[in-house]
This record gives sequence, C-alpha cells and structure tokens, in this order.
Amino acid sequence: MRTLARDPKIVIGGILTLLIVLLAVLGPLFAPHGEYEVVGRPFTGEGSFLGTDYLGQDVWSRVLYGGQSVLITAVLATALGVVIGGLLGVTAAYAGGWLEEILMRTNDVFLALPQILVTLLVLSAVHEPAAWIIVLLVGLTHVPRVARVARGVALPYVTQDFVLSAEALGESRARIVIAELGPNLVVPMLAETGLRLTYSIGMVAAIGFLGFSSDVGAADWGQMTNENRLALLVQPWAVLAPVLIIALFTIGTNLIADGLGSRAAKGAE
Amino acid sequence: MSTVDAAAAAADEAAVAQTVGLRVELTRSGIDVVDDLNLDLYPGHILGLVGESGSGKTTAGTALLGYARTGATIAGGRITVAGHDIRSLSPARVRSIRGVTIGYVPQDPNSALNPAIRIGDQLRELLDQHRIGTPAERTARIAEIMPAVGLPGDPAFLRRYPHQLSGGQVQRVALAMVFLPRPQVLVLDEPTTGLDVTTQAMVLSSLKELCADFSVAALYVTHDLAVVATIADRVAVMYAGRLVEMGPTQELFRAPAHPYTRALLQSIPHLHRPYRLTGIPGRTPSPGNRPSGCRFNDRCELAEDACRAEEPQPVAVKTDHWSRCRRTDALGPWDPDSRAGQDTDPDRERSVVLTVTDLNIFHGRNQVVHDVSFDLAAPEVVALVGESGSGKTTISRAVAGLHTQRTGSLHLQTDPTGEPAELARSARNRTAAQRQAVQYIFQNPYQSLNPRRTVEQILVRPLEIFGIASGRAARERAAELLDSVQLGEGLLRLRTNRLSGGERQRVAIARALACRPRVLVCDEVTSALDVSIQGSITELLTRIKNKHGIGMLFVTHDLALVRTIADRVLVLNRGRVVESGLVAQVLDHPRDPYTQSLIAHTPTLTGAFDASGSA
Repeated sequence: MRTLARDPKIVIGGILTLLIVLLAVLGPLFAPHGEYEVVGRPFTGEGSFLGTDYLGQDVWSRVLYGGQSVLITAVLATALGVVIGGLLGVTAAYAGGWLEEILMRTNDVFLALPQILVTLLVLSAVHEPAAWIIVLLVGLTHVPRVARVARGVALPYVTQDFVLSAEALGESRARIVIAELGPNLVVPMLAETGLRLTYSIGMVAAIGFLGFSSDVGAADWGQMTNENRLALLVQPWAVLAPVLIIALFTIGTNLIADGLGSRAAKGAE
Repeated sequence: MSTVDAAAAAADEAAVAQTVGLRVELTRSGIDVVDDLNLDLYPGHILGLVGESGSGKTTAGTALLGYARTGATIAGGRITVAGHDIRSLSPARVRSIRGVTIGYVPQDPNSALNPAIRIGDQLRELLDQHRIGTPAERTARIAEIMPAVGLPGDPAFLRRYPHQLSGGQVQRVALAMVFLPRPQVLVLDEPTTGLDVTTQAMVLSSLKELCADFSVAALYVTHDLAVVATIADRVAVMYAGRLVEMGPTQELFRAPAHPYTRALLQSIPHLHRPYRLTGIPGRTPSPGNRPSGCRFNDRCELAEDACRAEEPQPVAVKTDHWSRCRRTDALGPWDPDSRAGQDTDPDRERSVVLTVTDLNIFHGRNQVVHDVSFDLAAPEVVALVGESGSGKTTISRAVAGLHTQRTGSLHLQTDPTGEPAELARSARNRTAAQRQAVQYIFQNPYQSLNPRRTVEQILVRPLEIFGIASGRAARERAAELLDSVQLGEGLLRLRTNRLSGGERQRVAIARALACRPRVLVCDEVTSALDVSIQGSITELLTRIKNKHGIGMLFVTHDLALVRTIADRVLVLNRGRVVESGLVAQVLDHPRDPYTQSLIAHTPTLTGAFDASGSA
C-alpha cells in the first residue's frame, strides 16, 4: 500500500476522485440555495457565482445537489458489471474446453453491440425508468467487456501448479475460482474497474442528457447539461459546470486505473 | 600469498584474457555485486566458474565482455582481452570486439537465433556484418565450421529454419555462430542447462574439441559441479561475489580447500555410490546483505571471530591452487567416502501400497505412455527416470489423478490394514481418504504455492478439508509441520512470494505431510533449486519417508540423484519402461542400451579423474 502513495498517477487521480466524491456527498449540506429554489430570472448572473439555469434555479446549488444520483448509479453499475463479468471470465478461463468456447463466443456476440445503443433501446420502451433499471442496463452492458479482460488476466494463473494442487486436494471448482484464483486477480481487475467506472459515469450522464430520467426536474449532472444547452452561449456555466466536474472525475478514475494497470503489469514480471 | 602472485605472474604472458581486481557494483547504491575478481584465461583451456544463484557468476562472465546489466556498472579493476584494455576503449570499439574477438553463448540458444531466418543465412550474415573474408572464404568457413560442431554442412541443412532443428542442434548452431569469427576468448553461460543428458554430453564434447582445435580460451559459467568436472581444465568457485577457491580441476575436486567448496561437494549426489547428502544451512546472501569479513562466515562450521572481523586473503594450497579461507589448515583431509551410504538390501520385506497395472496414457490422440506396470511399497522410493518426453511426469500425474486420459488400473491401500481399492481417473472422483493418501509435490515451487496466500493458510487448508484439525488446533499443527521441514514458526504469517525457492519447496513438502499421505509423488522436486538446497531437500525427504513410512514415487532426470535417494528405479524411454529393478543393479549393471547410454553420458565428478587417463 505504501508504494501506491509514491505513484504520481495514483496520487493525483486519487485526489481528484476524492474531491469530486466529497463534493457530491457533502455538497447538499453546503448548498447556498435549495435544489428547486427559484432565485432569479432564467439564464442570468443572479443567484450565486455560477448564475441561474433555465428555470431561474441556482446553478451552483444544483451542481452540489446533482452529483449523488450520478455517482451512486455509476458505482453500482460498475460493481454489477465487474462482479458478473469477472466471474464469467475467470470461470471460462478455468473451465477451458467447450464451456470456455460457448461462454466466450457468446460474449463476443454481445461485445459487438454498442453499449449506448442497447441501453437506449431498452430505455426508450420504459417510461420514466426506475434508477435500478439504469443500474442494471449500464452494469450488464459492461459484462462482455469485463469478461474478456478477466479471462485474459486469469489465463496465466489457471495453468499454474497451485491450481492443480488445489484440485488434487479435492477443492470445489467454485472455491478454486473464488479463493485460489480470485486474490491473484484483484490488482489487475481493479485497474479494469477504474476504467469501467469512467465509462459508467459517462453513460449515466449521457442517459441523463438524453432525457431518460427517473425523476425529471431533479438536479442531475447529466440532465443539467440537457436542460441548459439552449443557452450555452448566453449562460455557459449552467452547462459547463456539470460537464467539467464529470470530466475531472473521469480523468481521476482513469489515472488511478492507469496507475494500477501499470503496477499490475510490473508485478506480473 | 606470494606463491599465488608468482604463479599468476608466470602465467601472465600466456593469458589471452584477464581480469584484475574487477569490481561490479549497483549503480545506485554502490553495493558490490562482484569484487576483487582475478581470472586468467589461457588459449585452448577452459576455466569453469561455479556458483549458486546470487553468487555473481553471470555478472562476472558478462563483465569480461565489458558489459554490465542495467542498474550495474563496472566500477574498478582491469579487463584485458587479446591485448585490448576493455575499460579504456570507446563503446563502439568494445562492440566491434564483441562477437569477433570475444564470443558469448547464452543459456537459451533460441534467443541467439532469429526464428524467421534460415540458419545458413544467419551464419553468413554474421560474417558479412563483421566484413570477415571474401564471399568465397565466407562460404568455405561455414562449410568448415558445421562438421566441427557435429552438424551436417550440406545446403539442405543450411536452408532450415531454427524451429526445424532439435534442441541440441540449435545449441550447436549457436556454437557454430560463436566459433565462426574465430574468437580468441569465449564466455559460455550455462549453455547446456535444460538439455537432456545425452545431448548435453555431445555438446560438451564438441565444445571441448573446438576450444582445443581453435585455441580458444573459454570461461564456462555454471552451477553444475559435475559438468565442470567433465569439461574444465581449471575451476574457480564463486560465493557471494568473491572467488573463494581456484585450482586445477582434478586437484580441486580431490582436495577441496575451502569450506564452501566442500559443502557444495557434500550436497551433490554421485552416480556410482549412494551418499548421504547434506545441504548448506541458510541461503546465499544477496548483494547488500552479505556479512562482513569472510562472506561465508555465517554458514561455516569453522568460522571464528577473526573470520567475521576481516576479509581473508587467498592462501596458496599448492602451486596454482588457492583458497580464500584463513582456516584452510584446520579443514583436515577430504574423504568423500566417509559419507557413503548403503544400497538397498535386495531381500528386504516390502508391504505394497500402490500397484500400477498396464498403464496407458494419452494426450488427445497421442499415446504418450505404453503398458507401464510397477508397484510401490512403504517405506520405499521408486524412481521414474527418463529424458524430457519420456512420460515420467505424465505417469506421476495420472497416479495423483491430475491426468485423466488413461487406461489400466491403479490400486491403492489407503490404510495399512485395509484392502487395496481401485483409484478413479480424476482426483475429484476419488474418495477423500484416497485423495488424502496420495500427495503430489510439484517441480516448481514458484508455481505450486498460491502467491496471494500465507504459509499458514496454505498449511491449514488440507487439515480442514480432510477433517484432521481445525481452528486453533490446525494453526498449532501448521507450526509443527513447519518445524518438521526445518522452518521457523515466523514464516506462518508470510505470503509465499517472500520466501526463497528452498523455503517454498519445504512449505510444499509440509503441505503434503499435513495430509499424512501413504504415497508421496515428487515430480523433479529439486531441479528448480540450487545445488546446496537440493542436498538438504533430499536429506529431508529421506528422513520423512523413514519416519512416516511413506512410499515415494520420485520423478527425476538425474541418475546420480536416483542412486542417493531411491530403492528401485524404472528407466523410461518414449513412454515405455526399458529397464527396472534395484537401483544398484540397474546403475552398476545396466542391460538396456538406452540405460547404458544415459549412464555413460551423465556427467560425474569422477569424470575429472577418468578424463585424465582416457579422454
């Protein structure tokens, strides 16, 4: 752990990520105005320093309120995708033979479907989708990508003798995947998790931007960019503020993922 | 000291390559990897440089080429090769000398050859690049060198790609490439490691002839004392970055004068007599962790305060033979026979635990093992011997239920009073008692222990699986198990990636012992380890076998090791048993031509003495 603190990528990425998470979690406590409070005329410099949005609500306050839903949705979706994809990939690598072929070829088919298209296709059929549907959709569309990486990461380990040794002792297959292989894959899979989190944030924000929301009107970084884009030239902050925050967060998680990834590659030598 | 200098001075004129007081250190910390290295290489002679891993032997070898790996620098001393003072030359000039005046043969010959270029073109390219001779002369040279390394020189052969050659042929092509520019000096880094004994013997003999015929001065770097005894004219022993002893081969093996050399010799097995092997306690210290004074003092029985205080100087034992030990006089005479053991009594009673009948094993559609039958008693060691591809490991895996494509039957008696029962093909389909009774120890301890688990977790798990102990009792048992393989309790909390190879293999043995097995399958368990560790592991296995009454199936390619550890032996060639019987019988009076050839090609320490008369 101590050596992690020496990697500048991980340090800078960690600080960025932490700052944005704190902003999203603690933001509502410090917001100068309410989430729905009208503080002046629309698209003007009234209200606090970022001005007002299309309904005359305070942009800075809505930025502070609007992070939680995006982050929670993204984190849950990522966790779902990584756990299912990871298990599938490692199982395929360990099982080998026809099971691996079936799993990975099916996986390849799903891999061909663009994430955002699949998500939008389902969302367009649901009116005001519940938050869990968005989590499920984003998470599941991660699965094929995570599974591919997990299989690749697990392959060099499944042929090692400690796996054979566990088999000779009669360990169950599930235990070999989870207790013997699992711990060896944590670091490389963390890197993949960081990357998936970045995509999740983007996806969730994009879904918000496209207007699929479980709570129309609520503060949400994705939704805010959509609501205010009409006045981009008049009152750019209403769009720029949430976009910049999302950008910073993805850069942060990406840096961590990158740092962990190169460490995992070094450790494998 | 004065005699040493005098001898060196006398030889000075003849030496074609020389290092004087050479020091290689880590660039960042200034810690020495190799220090005070004095080597002299004479035309037509081979100097063997012997050491265990971490001794700095490879660093010493490459330093002769003026090369230090990334992170290290040649910091002091003089390197002279064929009249060139290597350290004073420009890097470009040194590069032009490398490969022409001084050649290098790496451990893995495949890395020296480009897989996409025909071997004839690669040989010619080498001459082209250094602009040696006219095109016609180049062709003539290639035609001349091929038979010299024991390869056909016809155009059809030269048109082959590296992958169309056998391992031994690839190594010979690598030799041909090195000898082609007619170098005066040659550095060989374990060039036969990984080759089968028959191939190794052929490569060694052609190497020896080539060095003599072309008057090449060679430095042969290796960990294998028996190989050195076969090939070298003089031997230098290296420990923790220092030469500790140097002398003519015969002299050094007849009367080793350094405690480390003696300890090394005591840890290697002999083909023609069973010896009780001992290892060297502790491990070779890495640069930066080496003790002050004599670097061997913390592992040496004879060490006294003066050894710790002050670095010893070389002491002349005989002309041209010196030892860096202040207590050389206290060593006493060297009598290897005092450690001789007994061959197995042919009339002893055997209680059979495992019977293998008509075993046929397949890899896909290929049959790799044909009609193998044998039985194993307890306590007893049955050795499966053969070269790579002989099917020895496959048989051992089938016994452990790790290779399932087989026919024939295996019968195991899981407890001394019970009836033998048939073993299922896969370990998963066997009863818990059967899985418990057959334990497997793998060749490579760097792979057989999960790097993310602690020693305690590894040892406790089998206890839990077989219901032997759990909770606190299991943890106490784990500590006892560690103790029985001579490791301290402190290791319990460590992850296995913190352990040395020898320690890992001991943990693997402890894990097998945790199950209280009846049959222990040992697959080349010492081949990934250093010589001194091989000795102590062998000693440990023998003790365990006798104490717990275990039947051991011992897979190895090393016939000498068989003599020391095994009672009976099966010699395998391409999946068939060509000869089997008591070890003494088979090794002393082999009847099958294959066994005879294996024995004849196995390098031995006594090779040094025989060679003086016959070869």
